[in-house]
Amino acid sequence: MHEIVVLSGKGGTGKTSVSAAIATVASQEVVIADCDVDAANMHLLLHPENFKEQVFMSGKLAVVEDDLCIQCGKCVDICRFDAISQKPNTLNINSFDCEGCGYCTRICPTGAIKMKDRRSGLLFHAVTRLKQPMVHARLDAGADNSGKLVAKVKEDARMLAQNHQIPFILVDGAPGIGCPVASSLAGANIVLLVTEPTKSAIHDLKRLVVLIKRSRLKMMCLINKYDLDPELTMQLEDYLEKEQILIVGKLAFNHAVPRAMAAAKTIAEVSEAYRVRFENIWDKLKGVLTS
Amino acid sequence: MKIAFTSTGKDLEAQIDPRFGRTAFFVLLDTETTELEVIDNSAIQEEAHGAGTATAQLLFKLKPDVLITGNGPGETAAKVLKKSAIRIFVEAHQMSLRDALKHFENGDLREV
Amino acid sequence: MTDSQPNRIAVASGKGGTGKTLVSTHLAHTLSQSKDCVLVDLDVEEPNAHLFYEQANPTFEMPVFKQIPDWQSNICTRCGQCAEICAYHAVVQLGEMIMVLDELCHSCYACSELCPVEALPMKNHEIGSLSSLQHENLTIFTGKLRLGEEQAVPLIKKSIALSNQEIKDQTYIIYDSPPGTSCPVVAAVGNANLVLLITEPTPFGLNDLKIAIETMRQMDKPLAVILNRDGIGNDEVEQYCDVNNIPLIAKIPYNEDIARNYAQGKLSNEVPQMADAMKAVEEYIQKIQFHHA
Repeated sequence: MHEIVVLSGKGGTGKTSVSAAIATVASQEVVIADCDVDAANMHLLLHPENFKEQVFMSGKLAVVEDDLCIQCGKCVDICRFDAISQKPNTLNINSFDCEGCGYCTRICPTGAIKMKDRRSGLLFHAVTRLKQPMVHARLDAGADNSGKLVAKVKEDARMLAQNHQIPFILVDGAPGIGCPVASSLAGANIVLLVTEPTKSAIHDLKRLVVLIKRSRLKMMCLINKYDLDPELTMQLEDYLEKEQILIVGKLAFNHAVPRAMAAAKTIAEVSEAYRVRFENIWDKLKGVLTS
Repeated sequence: MKIAFTSTGKDLEAQIDPRFGRTAFFVLLDTETTELEVIDNSAIQEEAHGAGTATAQLLFKLKPDVLITGNGPGETAAKVLKKSAIRIFVEAHQMSLRDALKHFENGDLREV
Repeated sequence: MTDSQPNRIAVASGKGGTGKTLVSTHLAHTLSQSKDCVLVDLDVEEPNAHLFYEQANPTFEMPVFKQIPDWQSNICTRCGQCAEICAYHAVVQLGEMIMVLDELCHSCYACSELCPVEALPMKNHEIGSLSSLQHENLTIFTGKLRLGEEQAVPLIKKSIALSNQEIKDQTYIIYDSPPGTSCPVVAAVGNANLVLLITEPTPFGLNDLKIAIETMRQMDKPLAVILNRDGIGNDEVEQYCDVNNIPLIAKIPYNEDIARNYAQGKLSNEVPQMADAMKAVEEYIQKIQFHHA
């Protein structure tokens, strides 16, 4: 089983659009894992039909039992997250601020505060319109994207791949360089970077590459909207060459792409020419993975 | 020699659990007596944070000479394990514990 | 609006790359033409706003710390309570040794203050930096997470607190938030009294906008929507805002000059479409009543 993770550092460079296009040409050779749980969008293009839905719990939340609380205020004083405030005859715990450390439960003289499991989102097992198994999730508003949900999405995708004997897992990774990205990378075999010639995107890409190099993973890169700024594209190419990251393809900005998206189609479905280009990219990725 | 495997099950026929921090079980094999000991680590699934370091702390207590696993411990768990003398061998994905042991004995597993 | 309280405007979006930094930098530029203005870049994993102000004068850069326990082996009785207490497994007991994993620590102080012999006093640990630039009436603060640090929230909170100390009598504070709807965003928009949500006219944009609106409503934040790259997709976002009575206050058309300037780290305030959009936002901001907590 081989795992391809698509990452970008900066959002909006086309990571999900590219992932979905690869999914289109890879067809039933892949299981899809949407690990961008904070802004999951693959489902908008791949129209999965969910056959299993699961509530996902992660972390803890302090809850007060008013009957036991004697209003001593100790918990209010010790909470470093300012999550607890005293109200007449009750305590208010702000669930957005509580980080689940449990200090309050240990300091409370009457045992009035308990730590409860916190719901953080929903996890789905599904089949896409291209008849691929897919695992995707939705983080609740303001929930802690600790990477645990990302890890769970990947774990379930591996299980589906094993059960259906599917050789590849395609992971739409999380943006940024934080914890969810580290979870997206765990157990991966290759990283496909999607970037664009803007100062912001290049700045973020460089930070991401430093992070990925630590796990010694092989990287490839796709430059999106390369015609936006030829000079920055050249800078980008020089940088990638210096880092020995192979460029698997370059895409020009094309109004047909957002229009296709609006019609829930992937880039590979825009035209035969695009399809062929993504087939080439997919072949290159497979070639590296299976060599 | 005492060998610890990250395992999905409780005997040598079980598959290696590729995960370190969130491994379901540790199976400990004493190569002299061929005795097996099984440690259930499944409660770790409920932990949102620090599964790797919690599991590393557990392994530290078990004092094996060798760990055989799949992906290898993450960065923080690796920091903890560095404080021990445990030698870590990885990439035993999709092998039974028995196969992984064979690969280890033949020197086919990568040490980190 | 009270005179002493600055208006705090967070610029956020459900998904990355919709134009948060584009709007933050242009809005800051527009507002600073008449009033003193502060821009705080809280996208600490990937701060980019400063790229648009290379000509501005750096005024300071300081390290940002979080507090972590510092094990005193000579005092410690090896009772192991700290390792048992830590909800994040940032403190582990390894035989005779206590080890602190600084990247996992949330600075809750539980281990430190509950240690029976005070063997875990807290100490500073550097997690990133806060730097400042000055360009005419505009002050720009940039929070930047150190590579390998995984928690953005402590740095966001510290960046807000430290920039508050530096803020004197500016009228507007703009927070360029991290993308998404999880805890870093909650931390970033926490003390804003208006949230501007940036989106684009595509199914991705609409889907992420809906989630962002839900989050802001749960936090009880007044919000308004700005549509970026208008014209590239469909009109579902407009319809959605219309049907749900959500103020859509400005549209920035897709424009190659704006895109090219952005790519090169240049502002587009001279481009008429951008100037019009920013004027609409400025008028909206001047018109509404800000509620100060």
